[in-house]
Amino acid sequence: MDAALLIEKSVFVLILTAITLGMAAYMTYGERKIAAFFQDRIGPDRAGPFGVLQPLADAGKLFFKEELIPKNSERWMFILGPGLAMVTACITSAVIPWGDTLPIGDRLVSLQVADINIGVLYIVGIVSIGVYGIMIGGWASNNKYSLFGAIRASAQMISYELSMGLALIAVIMMSGTLSLKEIVEQQQGLNWNIWYQPLGFIIFFTCALAECNRAPFDMAECETELIGGYNVEYSSMKLGFYLFAEYINMFVSSALMATVYLGGYNFPGLDLIANPTLLAVAQIAVMFAKVIFFIFVFMWIRWTLPRFRYDQLMHLGWKGLIPLAIVNMLLTGAVMLFLA
Amino acid sequence: MSALPIPFLVLSFITILCALYVVTSKNPVHSVLALIVAFFSISAHYVLLNAQFLAIVNLMVYAGAIMVLFLFVLMLLNLGKAAEPIKSNAWALASAISAGSLLLILTAAFQKSGEQVYRNPSETVGLVKNLGKVLFGEYLIPFELTGALFIGAMVGAVLLGKRDSGDHESSALAEEKGASS
Amino acid sequence: MNQPSSYIPILIQIAVAVGFVTIALGLSHLLGPKRKTTNKDENFECGIEIQGDARFPVSVKYFLSAILFVLFDVEVIFFYPYAVNFKEMGWEGFLAVSTFIGFFLAGFIYVWKKGALEWEK
Repeated sequence: MDAALLIEKSVFVLILTAITLGMAAYMTYGERKIAAFFQDRIGPDRAGPFGVLQPLADAGKLFFKEELIPKNSERWMFILGPGLAMVTACITSAVIPWGDTLPIGDRLVSLQVADINIGVLYIVGIVSIGVYGIMIGGWASNNKYSLFGAIRASAQMISYELSMGLALIAVIMMSGTLSLKEIVEQQQGLNWNIWYQPLGFIIFFTCALAECNRAPFDMAECETELIGGYNVEYSSMKLGFYLFAEYINMFVSSALMATVYLGGYNFPGLDLIANPTLLAVAQIAVMFAKVIFFIFVFMWIRWTLPRFRYDQLMHLGWKGLIPLAIVNMLLTGAVMLFLA
Repeated sequence: MSALPIPFLVLSFITILCALYVVTSKNPVHSVLALIVAFFSISAHYVLLNAQFLAIVNLMVYAGAIMVLFLFVLMLLNLGKAAEPIKSNAWALASAISAGSLLLILTAAFQKSGEQVYRNPSETVGLVKNLGKVLFGEYLIPFELTGALFIGAMVGAVLLGKRDSGDHESSALAEEKGASS
Repeated sequence: MNQPSSYIPILIQIAVAVGFVTIALGLSHLLGPKRKTTNKDENFECGIEIQGDARFPVSVKYFLSAILFVLFDVEVIFFYPYAVNFKEMGWEGFLAVSTFIGFFLAGFIYVWKKGALEWEK
């Protein structure tokens, strides 16, 4: 790897991280506006026109808030928890292709941080590490509510990881590769995986909701039972990190769903664009349109469906989705072999 | 032995440091976290050897699944002052002997293998595709047998977890008996 | 893309993420006010006096689901190398993996029938 490539990648990573954080910040704004819309309210409207500066005000406020570390907690673990949640959320996006290549000068800049040929597994692996942030934070707080929230969240996340993996396997059987870039390239035009894997998509989407701890599966923070769940004791930027991490996870899982099931940066008619720079911009735009669509669906579901009960949640994960995902996988295999 | 590449040395240093912390730390939760870091650096070792599948599986199974189980157990046990670990001399002797013999075996194995330990037999053998071909060709029977092994493990887990293997009526009955006595 | 060097960008991303987290936490630590009082540093349990330590053993079901997760997760991981080679292996490979799924399902049904997946009780 030469120095120029290294610099290129570093700049790209910095831009991607900045965009991710910006997206997460504006998703909080979007969520509040959407919630307001669903509940026939106005939502935030004081900071800037239509309240668009609200996320900046929120983030700024978090920096100036007092840091509370309960004296019974494990000090360093208490700090490590939100940090870990944020780091794992930020690094998941490394293997997602945001477009093909963007020509800058005489260089072709790849719009993907790392095109490794185990991309899908990388994401599943990092997601399985994501449990630690919540678990460590909830335990270190030394608060019963936090502990319950953390244990519930971790048991939920590991349960839904299984069906998520099984749903992905059906897609991999079709594509024959674990590289997300190749999976996208196989979905030219409108030849998207969702048409072949509708059941797999539904399973994956449900698991994504559960992995992000989003309603109707937000048992970890379940206000009516656990006050705020694993983050009861947190304040200042550490609380901000937990909330931010949730939005970043939502952003990345939307991007993953768009990549795996909705053709990533492909859209019919894009191959008509001859100018490579314009093409790259169009691809990024298409990708982000799909991502924002999924984010909207996430929020739509949150403000529409009531929360599950914990036993219902675990039943759905173990007794509902796992058998369904196995059936989906076997069906995919059998149908493909018959047609071959 | 020829000069070792710098990434290897750095990673080995991290791995050994974390492993030492795992055994010396007083707080078991800190030990588990150090072990997770050690697993990460071992995964990086696998990447250096171009064994990508192994790297990510090591991460998923050990760092992602087994360590979660460890943390579950540790976090929910009573780790107060009352639960000090047993520190009798016989215990120390037994652990010294078993750890010593493990060290002996490992050292012997390393000596025999020589430089091969760090040399990958072929550049592509660790890729998922090739691994799958070997697993479902040459090693099909052992692979199927692991399936049977898993059932055994599940039976064990359920028996341990539910204590009495009977159905709900009998467990409820047992609880009632326990309450009345 | 099959070389270890293709993982360097991931390292960069991890470094950037860790750097951002450290700086943001450090900044908020420096900028925030520090007015500690004994009551403020207590744990928050809805204003009621804290009863005992929060580290107490909880239901064995959580352990059980974690153990079962470990077992099933390893089985699921075995499917990945198969899925990548699925097209080349044809019916023969499908038969092999179906046998394995048979074991998987046998274990799953056993666990189910034994009530390890029940959460109401």
